[in-house]
Amino acid sequence: MKARPDLLTALLWAAAVAVFAFVYLPLVVVIVYSFNPDSVNSFPMRGASLRWYRAMVEDEGLMSALRLSVAIALGGTAVGLLLGLPGAIAIHRHEFPGKRALERVVLLPLMLPGIVTGVAMLSTFPLLGVPVSLWAVLVGHGTFLIAITLTQVLARLKRIDPSLEEASADLGAPPLTTFFRVTLPGIRSAVISSALLSFTLSLDEIPVTFFLIAGDNTLPIEIWTMMRRGISPKVNAVAAVITAFSVALIVLAARLGERGEER
Amino acid sequence: MKLPRFLARRRWGLFLCVAPPALWLLAFLVFPYAALLGQSFLSTNAIGDVVFTPTLDPWRTLWTRPLYISTLLYTFRIAAAVTALCVLLSVPLAYVIAFKVKRHKQLLYTLITVPLWVSYIVRAYAWKIILGREGILNTFLLYTGLVDQPVEAFLYSPLALTIGLVHIFTPFVLMPVYTAFEHVPRPLIEASQDLGAGRLTTFRRVVLPLAFPGIIAGATLAFVLSLGDFLSATLLGGPDTLMIANVVQNLFGTSDDRPLGSAVGILLLVFVLAILEVTGRAERTLGGQGLNAGRGKVVE
Repeated sequence: MKARPDLLTALLWAAAVAVFAFVYLPLVVVIVYSFNPDSVNSFPMRGASLRWYRAMVEDEGLMSALRLSVAIALGGTAVGLLLGLPGAIAIHRHEFPGKRALERVVLLPLMLPGIVTGVAMLSTFPLLGVPVSLWAVLVGHGTFLIAITLTQVLARLKRIDPSLEEASADLGAPPLTTFFRVTLPGIRSAVISSALLSFTLSLDEIPVTFFLIAGDNTLPIEIWTMMRRGISPKVNAVAAVITAFSVALIVLAARLGERGEER
Repeated sequence: MKLPRFLARRRWGLFLCVAPPALWLLAFLVFPYAALLGQSFLSTNAIGDVVFTPTLDPWRTLWTRPLYISTLLYTFRIAAAVTALCVLLSVPLAYVIAFKVKRHKQLLYTLITVPLWVSYIVRAYAWKIILGREGILNTFLLYTGLVDQPVEAFLYSPLALTIGLVHIFTPFVLMPVYTAFEHVPRPLIEASQDLGAGRLTTFRRVVLPLAFPGIIAGATLAFVLSLGDFLSATLLGGPDTLMIANVVQNLFGTSDDRPLGSAVGILLLVFVLAILEVTGRAERTLGGQGLNAGRGKVVE
């Protein structure tokens, strides 16, 4: 039966379109106003210019914050991968005491308020020999990023046919050969997609970073500080760049995820 | 003796895989959370440093000074409003994409998931330039002649905070709600309509109950994330919109009373864990009754 156009359907569509606009309009506004030639964000916009992009590139504080954020995101992602990948493989293949606990604990920093994780780390990292510094930020990010790799790779491993690994072992391949020649190619896109997600998450993290950093600013914290001082349209340009960049990374990660689904 | 050695090697491999992440999480996650609980029973000396003298004072202060309990209640109110709005907004959009859209469904699904990952700070910033006194909304209203004075009340208010949080957390609700709608067995909907139920009745009696676990999952995320939010309150909220996480932030910052801050943080953490536990159970029970019962019927 073909649905005829009527009031109920029209209302439903109107609501859906309005919600979609609510989700996207603010992002569009930020991107459009990054080309604003004026120093106040008012309507209507008079012309377009790259003035604030230039101002952004010339702002040494912003640029060093960006470099710092990228460095921490790379380091945090590496920690997350190096610890999350073996963790996922162990959980998938073996039974061991504390397995369920490990699966639950690793998710805690994603579920619990970031501020609580932040103050808990602030209170204890110095006792563990990691004073409040960039190293502490790196360790903090690495800790909550383990969950990303672990869950994504575990989900993929569960969909891989176990007979492939058994066949490889039966044909005499040592475990490491089986891992590199059979398991790893199967989970490769999941690993890359978790790396992209981890990088994006780290690049945007504030609550944990805020408490663990000393002196320097990461990019989101620099933006937050600028926003509290007042509005500088420079932030429009930075925000537009971040939005475009994270959308690109996420779409890439999602496509890699889908490719894995098709297998 | 071949088998035992093989087994032993497997155990070594397992150990090498499990030990690093397990030890790391123990040191940098479990120990910090546990130590935060411990710190809430310690005292401070004259210059505000934590000293190892056990006391119940932080918890007593938390309980007796009205600021903490009232801030907690206020935070619960804001989080409840945000959650309700997120669900109200998510249901029609998720429903249309799941049931009405025929072409570009995958693209639309990606489009509603993407904002979930787009920078938190950028989204809060967007509302700041939209709602500000000389912001885009005000100048737009002036331009169109709808108002002749800029409206002061938009930014720095509980309303701005609520709008900002709803915008930031709606994608977290959209995703599970869409997935839940997508998993509603289509034959059940057809059956309901064949038996003469109207569309609203079918939605209320068939779709909604089956999708309920997904709605709970999304609502839980929005509620828990709003409860712990402290950035939006500093950026969009006004002088009265103090959230519980701001209290923690102040106690670890300017007020420098870490034991009390730890107590407030632990209280927040306990609430969040309790909410996750309760809704997790609810999802499992409802999922077990709803989705599986539904699938069973389809198979028959």
